[in-house]
Amino acid sequence: MSGPSDYYVPHSSHWPITATIGLFILAFGAAIMLNDMAAGKWIMLVGGAVLIYMLFGWFGTVISESEGGYYSGQVDTSFRMGMAWFIFSEVLFFAAFFGALFYVRKLAVPWLDEAEILWPGYNGGWPTAGPAGPQVLGPDTHVEQAGFFSTIGAWGLPMWNTIILLTSSVTCTFAHWAFVKGQRGRIVFWLAVTVALGCLFLYFQAFEYHEAYTAYGLTLGTGIYGATFFMLTGFHGLHVTIGTLILFIVLLRVIRGHFTEQNHFAFEAAAWYWHFVDTVWLLLFVFVYVL
Amino acid sequence: MSSTAEHHHDDHHHGPAKGFMRWVTTTNHKDIGTMYLIFSLVMFMVGGFMALIVRAELFVPGLQLVDPHFFNQMTTMHALIMVFGAIMPGMVGFANWQVPLMIGAPDMALPRLNNWSFWILPFAFSLILSGLFFFGGGPASGWTLYAPLTLQGGIGVDLTIFAIHMMGISSIMGAINVIVTVFNMRAPGMTLMKMPLFVWTWVITAFLLIAVMPVFAGAVTMVLTDRHFGTAFFDPAGGGDPVLYQHIFWFFGHPEVYIMILPAFGIISQIIPTFSRKKLFGYESMVFATAGIAFLSFIVWAHHMFTVGMPLAGELYFMYATMLIAVPTGVKIFNWVSTMWRGSMTFETPMLYAIAVVFLFTIGGLSGLMLAIVPADFQYHDTYFVVAHFHYVLFSGAIMAMMGGVFYWLPKWTGHMYDERLGKWQFWLTTIFFNITFFPQHFLGLAGMPRRIPDYNLQFAEFNFMSSVGAMGLGITQLLFIYIIYKAVKGGEKATTEVWEGAEGLEWTVPSPAPYHTFETPPVVK
Repeated sequence: MSGPSDYYVPHSSHWPITATIGLFILAFGAAIMLNDMAAGKWIMLVGGAVLIYMLFGWFGTVISESEGGYYSGQVDTSFRMGMAWFIFSEVLFFAAFFGALFYVRKLAVPWLDEAEILWPGYNGGWPTAGPAGPQVLGPDTHVEQAGFFSTIGAWGLPMWNTIILLTSSVTCTFAHWAFVKGQRGRIVFWLAVTVALGCLFLYFQAFEYHEAYTAYGLTLGTGIYGATFFMLTGFHGLHVTIGTLILFIVLLRVIRGHFTEQNHFAFEAAAWYWHFVDTVWLLLFVFVYVL
Repeated sequence: MSSTAEHHHDDHHHGPAKGFMRWVTTTNHKDIGTMYLIFSLVMFMVGGFMALIVRAELFVPGLQLVDPHFFNQMTTMHALIMVFGAIMPGMVGFANWQVPLMIGAPDMALPRLNNWSFWILPFAFSLILSGLFFFGGGPASGWTLYAPLTLQGGIGVDLTIFAIHMMGISSIMGAINVIVTVFNMRAPGMTLMKMPLFVWTWVITAFLLIAVMPVFAGAVTMVLTDRHFGTAFFDPAGGGDPVLYQHIFWFFGHPEVYIMILPAFGIISQIIPTFSRKKLFGYESMVFATAGIAFLSFIVWAHHMFTVGMPLAGELYFMYATMLIAVPTGVKIFNWVSTMWRGSMTFETPMLYAIAVVFLFTIGGLSGLMLAIVPADFQYHDTYFVVAHFHYVLFSGAIMAMMGGVFYWLPKWTGHMYDERLGKWQFWLTTIFFNITFFPQHFLGLAGMPRRIPDYNLQFAEFNFMSSVGAMGLGITQLLFIYIIYKAVKGGEKATTEVWEGAEGLEWTVPSPAPYHTFETPPVVK
């Protein structure tokens, strides 16, 4: 460890420009694809590949610098603050979608209900797919005919998923205690359990989506209910996927002998992220499934 | 451990690499600041050119130069480019150059991320501009990208949405960098309440950026899924509501206007004490006023949509909350004027700009107060009065503060004094043409001329004629601005370390031009 006056400023790096080019190709390809041009998905694939190459390269550089002892305590603080503010920005991203949910449930749908001239006979109330959308049946009902949809009840799979994620936060904390004590065997065990629970959660979530589409008539296009349900749970699922991947990479690094009792911020960042994802799920469980 | 890391560390104390790749791969805050500022200037000219197309069409009544759809694309892209391409990157450029110099840090805290934040921007704007060449053209919905208007339109809208995602990444990473730099990299003794006000305004701006850019990303994501994936966020037939878009957008959009103006407040809070040869009056109240404005910015958004049909209680709340902003802003104006009071003032170009900003921004602030009054807003909404209002706060607030900032710090950046005579010419021409362009628009708006329409009633002809003449003059004057900068970069009178007689702060303790690496050993601040 070097003193605070020796702040490591890395020399020139080509990873940022690589990231930009990957992002640009991905975005351009996506726009092309969404407008029904055949080349789009191939362009997207190239962009995605560049981004994955960049992630390995950029993080690889940071890891070798970290293991090489270039990072003083002050650099470590920069990383910590940076990660905390990044998570803060993620909170606000979810806030936009939660805000949309609250607005339609508490204001837009009741107003639509009252607007008798526009949509005579529409009865608001939640869940709804809007005046022109399919009618809602009770939760967990298999829907056979068109024009109806059913929601996913809170106390089936979603409750189990809640238990799984909460448990994974606990096992993640056990891994943290093991880190502090330097018990590598325990770290590997509890991290592996956490990753496995993350995967299990994702499996159940995929299963739930499959049921929704095939048996419940609930899709992304099922009015405002389908839109808020799939966008909120979908972005959450994406974050669980990312969190699981990060924890998995931390696990591989532990197996390779990285980290010390004092210096394991990569794990701590992953754990913060994991707890954040867990908290978002609790809000989802309450506002999307239960209420 | 790794030999590459070893190699990096060895190079660290050398000067910059040579050639084009220096700029592409640099991690140096001064290089990146320079790139931001040049990018901002280029975008300023591009966006300005689009404004001139708009003004040329509006020169006389009737449709003569461009078809209405292209006119809509020009108003939309002018705003998107000026907001996200000129003002915001310009302010980040100032932050990159000045924040480490002002707090005695060796560089920004996360230098590679800093490079990434910059290089996203040229690519993101290529994406938006490329829309012009596709069938259907670029976005034509106004910069607010209101649904359901954006649910129509071609690939240009999708390209804009993805570009906004990219700019969001850029802004968030840039803002994180500023916050971490300020909270983690200050020189010993540089306590928070000793920081120059520019640094304070930027920390608070960075907080706003991190808080609202993700919300904007969420809003345009909903537009994207409504366009292509069958969601019904903004479609009442599916239970959604187009007004929902406006709420989410303005939850971002209102803090966004403070993101553009707070660093401008910071710049003139540096300039005025220097040329008044006095300490800034009421430093602490300035800090708290800035924080107060930032807080209020989160709870006033719906004043942009008074005519959309909100409940009366909502209208009243948003009206009074908005008027509250006049209090901390008034504190700032009072403090700037009090700083000048009985100061030994001189009127170099930066000071002229700072005084003009105080004066002209106040006009914009007062028209903002008029717009905040709900019943009056029903008349003013979507008229040229609004256009006049936000150009008084954005051009004569943000842009002119940046021009003042450029003249103020250019000697430190280039090592040469700019041409003072040309600088004064540029200032006076800009100020006069700006007022010729935008002051008549107040009258147009009060008389009922709607904005974003390429044709107008004959009764509006004279003021539009004046406005267009002013705009052409304003545009041409900026070529002089570029020439002055070019001249100072190439040569001129050598700048001293202190540059300005009354200047205080760490940036005036390093040589001019500032060496490639500064404060590698932190200075001690008493």
